[in-house]
Amino acid sequence: MAAVSAAGAPPDLEARGVVKRFADHVAVDNVSFNVARGSFFSILGPSGCGKTTLLRMIAGFIAPDTGDIQIGGRSMAGVAPNRRPVNMVFQHLALFPMMNVAENVAFGLARRGVARVERNRKAEAMLERVGLGGAGAKRVDELSGGQRQRVAIARSLVLEPTLLLLDEPLGALDLKLREHMKIELKQLQSAFGTTFVYITHDQSEALVLSDHVGVMNRGHFEQLGTPQELYYAPATPFVAAFVGANNRMTGKASAVNGEMVEVATDSGWQIRARRNGPVTAGSMVEAFVRPEAATIGRTSADLAALPGQMVHAGEVESLLFDGANSAVLVREVTSRFEFRIALPQTGRYADLKVGERIAFSFDPERAACFAARAAHA
Amino acid sequence: MLEATATADWHRRLMLGLLLAPALLWLFALIVLPHLDLALLSFREPVAPRVYQPSLAQYRTFFTEPLYWHVFVRTATLSAIATALTLLIAFPVAWTITKLARGRMGALLFVVCLIPFWVSETVRTLGWMILLRESGVLPGLLAHLGLTNGPVELLYHDATILVGLVYTSLLFMVVPLVGSLESLDNSLIEAAYDLGSSGFAILRKIVIPHAAPGITAGCIVVFMLTLGNYLTPTLLGGKNSLWFTEQIYSQFITRFNWEQGAAFGFLLLALSTAMVWLGLKLSGQRFSDVMRRT
Repeated sequence: MAAVSAAGAPPDLEARGVVKRFADHVAVDNVSFNVARGSFFSILGPSGCGKTTLLRMIAGFIAPDTGDIQIGGRSMAGVAPNRRPVNMVFQHLALFPMMNVAENVAFGLARRGVARVERNRKAEAMLERVGLGGAGAKRVDELSGGQRQRVAIARSLVLEPTLLLLDEPLGALDLKLREHMKIELKQLQSAFGTTFVYITHDQSEALVLSDHVGVMNRGHFEQLGTPQELYYAPATPFVAAFVGANNRMTGKASAVNGEMVEVATDSGWQIRARRNGPVTAGSMVEAFVRPEAATIGRTSADLAALPGQMVHAGEVESLLFDGANSAVLVREVTSRFEFRIALPQTGRYADLKVGERIAFSFDPERAACFAARAAHA
Repeated sequence: MLEATATADWHRRLMLGLLLAPALLWLFALIVLPHLDLALLSFREPVAPRVYQPSLAQYRTFFTEPLYWHVFVRTATLSAIATALTLLIAFPVAWTITKLARGRMGALLFVVCLIPFWVSETVRTLGWMILLRESGVLPGLLAHLGLTNGPVELLYHDATILVGLVYTSLLFMVVPLVGSLESLDNSLIEAAYDLGSSGFAILRKIVIPHAAPGITAGCIVVFMLTLGNYLTPTLLGGKNSLWFTEQIYSQFITRFNWEQGAAFGFLLLALSTAMVWLGLKLSGQRFSDVMRRT
C-alpha cells in the first residue's frame, strides 16, 4: 500500500492514524500513508473529500484530533507552521502584492535572519533556476499566471524545505497554461529533488505528475498506488469511476465462474467482467469497462479476430471527435445502454455516421466487477 | 457625425454639472464664503469704534501671548495622543470583526461599536460624567473595594479628556480599518506564517502595509475630529481643559473679539492641514488613495 521509501532513508512524510472532526462530520478519517524522499505524491479526490484539511494539517494550520504526522522523521505535534520544515504553494498563490518579485522570494530568508546581501543573492539565484532571472524588480501583478506560479514555487523552494505542499495551484489557470505548467511542475520537481505533496481534484494532473497517488473519498484513502495501478487495477468502484473515463454498469451477478462474473445489468444487458474482490452469485454488482478496452467493427466479422469476447450490436449515438482522444457513444441495441468506445488513432472509423449500426466487443479480462457499494454511494 | 458627438459630450457635461450643483452650492455657501469672511476678519484690527484697519495684530497676539501658544501645542499633542490610542484600541477591534468573528458575529460586533452613536455626543459625555465624578459610580466602587481611601475625583484630568476623546472617535477609526482589513486575503497571512514569520513579523510586513491607507484615513479623520472637538474636552476637562476650540469660543462669544477668534480659527485650520500633510509624508501614502478608504 504505502509508497516504498528509498533504502534505509526514513520517509519525508509519514501520517499515522490521522483523524480530524469538524462539528458534525469527520473530515479526515484515520488516514495513514508514507511519502518517500524526493518523490511526487498526489492526494486526489472530489471537493469536500477532506484533502484540503489533510494538507492543512501537514502544513500545521490545523491540528489533528488524533494520530501523528512526522516530517523528516520528526513528529510535528505542537509544532507551529512557521517552525515546520514545510512550505506551501497556495491555491491562489498568495504572493505578497506589497512586495516585488525578489522581495517575495527573499521573504522567508529574511524571517530566518539571513543577511540582506546573502538573501538577495539566493533569491536571484533561485529566480534564475525557475527561469525568471532578472525579473526580481518587477511587481507581482506585472507577471503572467505561469510566471506567478513559478515565483510562488521559488519563494518556497529557496527555503530548502523537506516537503513542498501544493494546494491545487493549477486550478485558476486556463487550460492551455495548465497543460504547460503540469510539465513544468514535473520538471521543477525532478530538478530540485524536493518531495512534493500535491492535492488536486483533477485526475489527469494526478496521473501525469505523480509517482504515487492517494485517492481520497469521504475522509479516507480508497487506494494508494502508482498512477498505473490506479488506472489498470482500481481497488474500489470509487477509484474505477473517478480515475480516468469508464463505462459504469450496475446490475446483478447471475453467475460467478472463478475470476469471471456473468453480469445481468439493470438495463437488461448480459456482459462478462473480471471479479475484483469478493462477489457472490445473486449479489448486486458494479462493472466498469474502459473505453479503450472495447473494440468497434462495422460488422461482427470485423471482430472475429478477438476470440472469447462477446460481440454486441450497437447504434452510433454521437461522435466525440478530439484528435487522438476521439471516442464514439454507442447505444447497445437490446438494452439501449449508452456505451463509450475509444476510436483507434489510425482514423479508420473517422467516417462513422450517427445512427449507423455497428458491432462492438470488449475484453472481459479488462472489465472490472465489484460488489455494489452501500446505498449512500 | 462630429457635431452629434460634440452635442452628446456637451449634454453629458451639463448633466454632471447639474448633479454636482447641490454639493458645489453647499460647499460654496457654507464653507468657502464664511471662510473668506473670516479670513478678512482675521486680518484687521479695531482702531476706534466701528473703524478697522488691515493688520497682522491678531496673529501677533497669538505668538506673543504664551497662554494661547501653549494651549495650541497642548491641543495638538493631546489630539495626537488620542489618535494613537484610538488606533491601538480600534485595531484589535477591527481585526476581531474581520478576521476572528464568523458570519453574523462580525456584523453584530460592528453594530455594538455603532450603538453608542445612536445617542447624542452630549448625552454620551454626560454618561462619562455620571461614571467618573467624585460622587459617581466608579469612585464609589473604588472606595468600596478599599482601593482608595475615599471617593476621588476622576473628572477634570487630562487622562479623562483622552478617555472621552478616544471613546468618541473609536467608530471613525474602526470603519476604515474594517474596510482595509476585510480586503486582506487570509491566505497572505497564512503564506507569511508558512514562510516562517512570527506573529509580529506578519503584522509588520503584511498586515500593516496592506492596511496602511485605512490606518492613515482613520488617523486623519480622528485627528481632525479630536482637534476640533469642543464638547468633550470642556465637559470632561472642566476649567483646566485648555482646549484650543475653547479659546476660539471665548474670543467669539465671551470677549466678542471676532477678529481674534477668526485668527485662531485659521491657525487651527493650518495646524490640522500641516499635521495631515506630515502624516501622509511619514506614512508614504497618497491623499487620493487614502480618501478612497474613508
